[in-house]
Amino acid sequence: MHSSNLLIFAMKKSLRLATLLIAISFLSFTLISYSPIDPVQAYVGADMMRVGPEQRDKIAEYWGLDKSPLQQFTHWGTAVISGDLGTSMIFRRPVIDVIKEKFLASLALMMIAWILSGILGFTLGVIAGMKEGTWVDRAIKWYCLTLASTPTFWLGLLLLIIFAMGLGWFPIGLGVPAGVLAEHVTMGDRIQHLVLPALTLSILGVANVALHTRQKLIEVLSSEYVLFARARGEKGFVLFWRHGFRNIALPAVTLQFSAFSELFGGAVLAEQVFSYPGLGQTTVQAGLRGDVPLLLGIVIFSALFVFTGNLIADLIYQIVDPRIREGESSL
Amino acid sequence: MMKVIETTTIKTPYLKLNRRQQTIISIILSASFLLMIILGGIFSSNEKIQTYLEMRNLSPSLQHIFGTDWLGRDMFVRTLKGLTLSLGVGMLASASSVIIAVVLGMAAATMGRKVDTFISWLVDLFLSVPHLVALILIAFALGGGIRGVVLGVTLTHWPSLTRVIRAEVMQLRSSEFVEISRQFGKSSWWIATRHILPHLVPQFFVGLVLLFPHAVLHEAAITFLGFGLSPHQPAIGIILSESMRYLSTGMWWLAFFPGLSLLVMVRAFDILGENLCTLMDPYRGHE
Repeated sequence: MHSSNLLIFAMKKSLRLATLLIAISFLSFTLISYSPIDPVQAYVGADMMRVGPEQRDKIAEYWGLDKSPLQQFTHWGTAVISGDLGTSMIFRRPVIDVIKEKFLASLALMMIAWILSGILGFTLGVIAGMKEGTWVDRAIKWYCLTLASTPTFWLGLLLLIIFAMGLGWFPIGLGVPAGVLAEHVTMGDRIQHLVLPALTLSILGVANVALHTRQKLIEVLSSEYVLFARARGEKGFVLFWRHGFRNIALPAVTLQFSAFSELFGGAVLAEQVFSYPGLGQTTVQAGLRGDVPLLLGIVIFSALFVFTGNLIADLIYQIVDPRIREGESSL
Repeated sequence: MMKVIETTTIKTPYLKLNRRQQTIISIILSASFLLMIILGGIFSSNEKIQTYLEMRNLSPSLQHIFGTDWLGRDMFVRTLKGLTLSLGVGMLASASSVIIAVVLGMAAATMGRKVDTFISWLVDLFLSVPHLVALILIAFALGGGIRGVVLGVTLTHWPSLTRVIRAEVMQLRSSEFVEISRQFGKSSWWIATRHILPHLVPQFFVGLVLLFPHAVLHEAAITFLGFGLSPHQPAIGIILSESMRYLSTGMWWLAFFPGLSLLVMVRAFDILGENLCTLMDPYRGHE
């Protein structure tokens, strides 16, 4: 790709990101300002009876709640632009720190699930595509369609019942063993706690990639160059490797990258079921306990996360696919 | 939806083709299954989900095929009621979602470049935040409840369909009969309502069918997380999140059957929709 092209691409993308982020911040802020949950009450919690009206006003003033929504927004907005997302009410720490710490825990979970579901889904899709119309194909298709209508959290509960409760292979929840000091937690403990949530996420991620790959492979196999290859006597794995693989690998990879949004949503549910202390569980906490700064921070962060995924997908197409690279018109 | 099913099933006698008969049989089976859920949910008495402390924590048996919970409520009836509620919420949310998609898709395709750019930007905007996070935000802002759920699911599900409908309308606009109609001096309103909207009717149902499973699963998910329907309503999400507290005592049936029923219901709707699409699609209908 030419460097000038790359520059235009980057500029267009960052402009898009900027408008999206501004709009998202504004919309979420407006939404939250209509919330019936009283932020002061959410902050004080159960001790509300012991807080007098003067103290109430003090707390409201401390958090800037006595100002108009527009003033609050400009105040918050300018702070966000300078990189300060405010202080979380639950954790009493800067929102950025909380997100960073929780996201790292989630990242391990999401990465494993993402890679596993990608590989498994691709393989299933290839098998189904190569055996189109046979019972293997039908079974895989049926399996994927059923997966697509499975509630994530129920699958998590099911795994919990079977593997943690019934067989006792894995711990029931949390990210680390309960009652153990942080420095005594071994890598093995962490991995053991990670297995079930990661499995939940990856089982569900399979369906999309598999069905897509199957469709693409069937398209490729009905093309003329494959017909010619078959006429030359190629078949089975060799045929797939020479003509199918390269054509379907790219769409599958980009599809995986643009599925970041679902991955994030799935992580929220899986983490909630397994009480895994990641960003997803924190989102739920922030929402249930009315931690507005944290919730807004997570909304913006998740938008960035999804945008990154889509950007990588676009970039891969631009750089890897020779047809788009030469065409240049798609930018 | 039900009406459509009936009108299409009437055609059975003179259709001798095998594939088509299979399609119709699937439609009848899944439709009657869904109908049974709805009727069961509406007409089953509340008597069985009252508290019977002497019948607590029973594992599944012939009398209580899904078992009973810690208050002695029959899980089968609770599940049935939950499914009916989910079905209703899902239908309402996906129908409103599809209406938004049709309106915006038509507007994007017919009202000029600026509107088009704006709407596609709007679509991007709503796709840029994970559905579940957006749902939590909306439910939080509206204070939960059935209104928050329906509105949240509606607002998060229209974008992808809007794109499809926009493309469809674009294609229709440049078709010959629309061009001729325009030459005859018909107004754009006339063209939109007489030529374009009728063509979108199948799209409307296809969209409904595609969105419904997502809508139901998201409703259950958001309720499960504690943002959706109130704990007094017999929703599947509520049943499952309650069951988490009792799982460690070995009461697996509390989570297993309600979730499985939800899965089966969504799948039944899926099959129904898929087959209906096959039947309505003129290119595949004769298969």
